[in-house]
Order: sequence, then C-alpha cells, then structure tokens
Amino acid sequence: MALDISALVPELLVIGLGLLLLIIHILQRQPVPANPIGWVAFLAFTAIALFVVWRMPVAEVTWGGTWLVDPLANFFKILFLLAAALVSLASITSLAGQSRFASEYFVLLSMATAAMMCVISAGDLLTLYVGLEFLAITLVVLTALDRGTAASEAGLKYLILNAISSAALLYGFSLLYGMSGSLVLGEIATIIAGGATQAWAGLALPVAIVLVLSGFAFKTSLVPFHMWSIDVYHGAPTPITAFFAIGSKAAGFAVLIRVFMKLFIPWAAAWVPALIVLSILTFTLGNLVAIPQTDIKRFLAYASIGSAGYIIMGMIAATRGGIEAMLFYAMIYVFATFGAFAVATAVQAQTGSTAISALAGLSKRSPFLALTMLLCTLSLAGVPGLAGFIGKFYIFWAVIDQGYAWLALLGIIVSILSVYYFLLLAKVMYVNDPPAESAIIRVMPSMRLALAVSVFATVFFGVYPGPLINLVTQVAARFIS
Amino acid sequence: MITLQHYLGLGAVLFAIGLFGTLSKRNVIGILMGVELMLNAANLNLVAFARFVTPLEITGQAFALFTIVIAAAEVAVGLAIAILLFRRRGTVNADDWNLLRW
Repeated sequence: MALDISALVPELLVIGLGLLLLIIHILQRQPVPANPIGWVAFLAFTAIALFVVWRMPVAEVTWGGTWLVDPLANFFKILFLLAAALVSLASITSLAGQSRFASEYFVLLSMATAAMMCVISAGDLLTLYVGLEFLAITLVVLTALDRGTAASEAGLKYLILNAISSAALLYGFSLLYGMSGSLVLGEIATIIAGGATQAWAGLALPVAIVLVLSGFAFKTSLVPFHMWSIDVYHGAPTPITAFFAIGSKAAGFAVLIRVFMKLFIPWAAAWVPALIVLSILTFTLGNLVAIPQTDIKRFLAYASIGSAGYIIMGMIAATRGGIEAMLFYAMIYVFATFGAFAVATAVQAQTGSTAISALAGLSKRSPFLALTMLLCTLSLAGVPGLAGFIGKFYIFWAVIDQGYAWLALLGIIVSILSVYYFLLLAKVMYVNDPPAESAIIRVMPSMRLALAVSVFATVFFGVYPGPLINLVTQVAARFIS
Repeated sequence: MITLQHYLGLGAVLFAIGLFGTLSKRNVIGILMGVELMLNAANLNLVAFARFVTPLEITGQAFALFTIVIAAAEVAVGLAIAILLFRRRGTVNADDWNLLRW
C-alpha cells in the first residue's frame, strides 16, 4: 500500500518551516535577529492558514482511521495557525533585546504548532498521545529557553505536572485499549457502545473516563487541575504565555470535544455532572481570584481560567449547539486573550515589569495600547458590542436549551462580577497618573499589526458575528452527523 | 497460571506507588522517578492487553515502545532544566524553587 501523504500537507509545511529556520540558524555564524525571522514565520503561518481554509471542505479519513481531516480538525488548525502567526509578531518585540535564541525560538514555535495540528487530526489513541507529548515537550523548552531562573522553574513545573497528568491519561488509554482491543477512536466507540467488551469493562470504563477527563482538564487548566498554569504563565516569556493560553488550551478543548462526543457520548449522564462541577469551580475561582492579583500575567492567567470555565459549558450541553458555541468562543477568545497578553509584552519590553502598576497612566503613554487592552479585556468580560458577549450569549443559550438555566444564571452573575475587576484595570490605565520619569511607550510595527488584527477581530465579530456563526454551524453539523 | 488480572493488579499497584512518589517526594529526581513508574504501569497494561486481548496483533507493544521513547525525551528535558536550576540555586529540592509562588 502506497502511503498517500496528501492529508498531511499542512503539518508537513509547518514542520518544513521549522526545519528551514533551523538550517538558517545553523548556517549563520552570528545570532540572527528576531526581526526578519519573526516576519518570515508570520507570513508562512498565514499562508499555511489560508491553504487550510482553501482545503477546508475536504474531509478525509486516512490510514484506517488513525488520521482524520474533517472540518473540525481544519477549523482548529486555522485557529492554531492564526495563534502562531500572531504570537510570531508579538515575539519580535519580546526578543528584540536578546537575539541569542531568536531562531531556535521560532523553530520550536513551528514544532509546537505542528504538534497541536497532530493532536486535533489524531484519530487513534497512539497518535493523540504522541501529539500531546510532542506539544508538551516543545512548550517546556520554549518556556525555559532564555535560561533565566524563573523561566527554568516554570519549565520544570510544567514538565513535571504535565508528566503526571499524561501518565494518568495514558493509563486511561490503556484501559480503553484493553476493553476494545483497538486504538482507533471510531472502532473503540462502536465496540464499547455495542457491549462487546471484556467482562470487567463495567469496572474499568468509569476509571478510564475519570482518568481521561482529569488528563484533559489539566491541559485546559480547569479548576482544580489549574495549579500549574498560574506559575507557568507567570514564568514563561509573555508571547509564549499567550500561546499557552490560546493554542495549548484550544488544543485541549478540541481533543476533549472529539473524544467525549465520539467516544463517551453514551455515558453522558455520568460525566456531565462532573463537568458541571468543574465548570462552576473554574469560572467562579478564575474570575474571583483574579481580583487581588498585582501582576498582569497572573491576572490574565486567572481571567483565562475563568474563560475556560465558560467554554467547557458547551460540553455540558453535549449537543450540536454546545459544540458550535465552544468553537465560536474558542475563536474569539484567541483574539481577545492574545491582544491583552500582547499589550503586556509591549509594556514589559519597555519597562521591564509585568506588575499591574507598570500599566498606570497607559492612556497617556500609549493610547493605542490602552485602548487595545480595554477592548480585549472587556470582550473577555462579555460586555455587549464586543465579540465576547456574543460568545457568552451563545454558550449560555446552549446550556439553557438543555435545561441548565440555573447554571447559565450563575455564569451570568459571575460574568457581571468579572466586569468589576476588568474595570479596575481600566481605572489603572485611564485614571491613575503615570509613574514619574515614565516615557512614551514605543510600539514596533510588527506589534502594531498584531494588536490591530486582534482589536479588529474583537470588534468586528462583536458587531457582525454572522460569518463566524455560519462557519461554526457548518463545522459542528459535519462533525455531529 | 498468571492471568490478565495479575498483570492489571501489578499495573494498578505500580501506578499508585508512582503517584504517591510524585506527590510525596521533595527531590526533583525522585519526582521524575515516580513519573516513570506511572508510565511503566501504563506500559505494563498495554503489553498485557496486547497479549491477552489481541494476541494476533502487536498494537499494544507498539504503543508501549512509543511511550518509552517519549518518556526518555521527557526525562532528558527535565534533567537538563534540573541541572540548570541546580547550578543557579544549589539545590534539587522542589520546595526551594519558590521564585514563582507554587
């Protein structure tokens, strides 16, 4: 059987980009500055994203179901490539002073993107596990790349806690394999749902579901599996923090959708209550603990945990509407979260600080940065007129439709509370006086472009969400059928 | 006669010991060893299932090989960072690496 690699072309292009940057890095005797490489990576990621958009209608299941190219996979590939393109632009600013690692940095960024694309296209447990570990190891190295003490500490913490969660996930996978005798998701679903399993499956199945759920809850940093994310988000270089928050988390949700909707859906009555508990814990704790934070990266880390609590509500609905809402929210969340972290990157590059007090009087030092941060955080809070409002509305509507009106009400109350702490941030930027001896904050052209894209998307999808809603409706319909 | 249940029992015990080790050890090297035990418990399951559930195929063994390679890569990165931190801070005790509030 000849191997048909056409289904792998986007992944091969991303890996090829990484290898090309690696060769450039080896051939150059002096360290290569971040500026040209970052632009090359941005253009390449954008081009590959357009290529995936062009191939989106194609649906293939190749190699006996081990590699899936369906609309769901393509949707998330576009999301990951967009995230990588934006992060490349923001990285130019953060790497400007320290070009020693610039080319390795973009090599690893390409590889991490390729890993996320493997995760969402994986149709069997082996591909899925290898993809998740490939992603985790590249992210550890990206976190610890500048060899600072805080970055190394964050890298090691992520490595250890991720290894524990992966071991639990792998143990769950081994039980699924034992029950069905197959690694392919589609076959496992048929065999387990058909009851043609081992005699001990009644005991092993709940254990497998709990282990797999806790593994994915770690990847998406749901409370109480969120402890790693705060420290890692704090210690990692700021653009990589954004990549964790938008890319790695979206990959976790993508694979959660695939595994739970395709494999575990007959036992929805058992895992939906667990997800309700996780969701309530996540959005209340994430939003409330954000209030006392004094560091902007920790603040945004808690805000992103809060958002994960809302996204997971789509799985509680466990319907087509729920999936649509998750896809919509995941996409707009990319732009809002990236925008907020990118502003933090620009301020950090100039002032060397990630304290919230470093943002004081930002409206006078850089009105553009202050406006971006305001719009992006208000979108995360769900203020009407911005994309986040439509996303939350969509999510709450999906769960109300399934009879969880009380859950939606709780979510809305916590959402309104969260506006309070985002307005505290706005007060620091717009009302407080800038610190003495502070200068105008210079924003590099690459950063301007990245911020403009995220602000445009946040406002555009808030005012005119139609195109994105059409897209997620089609993707979810093709996935469910 | 050693049955599938014996292997699964051993795997579960190994997993529990590994989890206890990762949660109770203060030494980073010890934590990494605990993680290895957990991964090997899963490997034992995979190989036992391959032998008893699908004796004609080797999917379980292949999966276990992949896991071993990934675990080696993970430990390589983990030890590299641990050595770096040891040079900076002079300790491999996880409690002392508290620059970021744990």
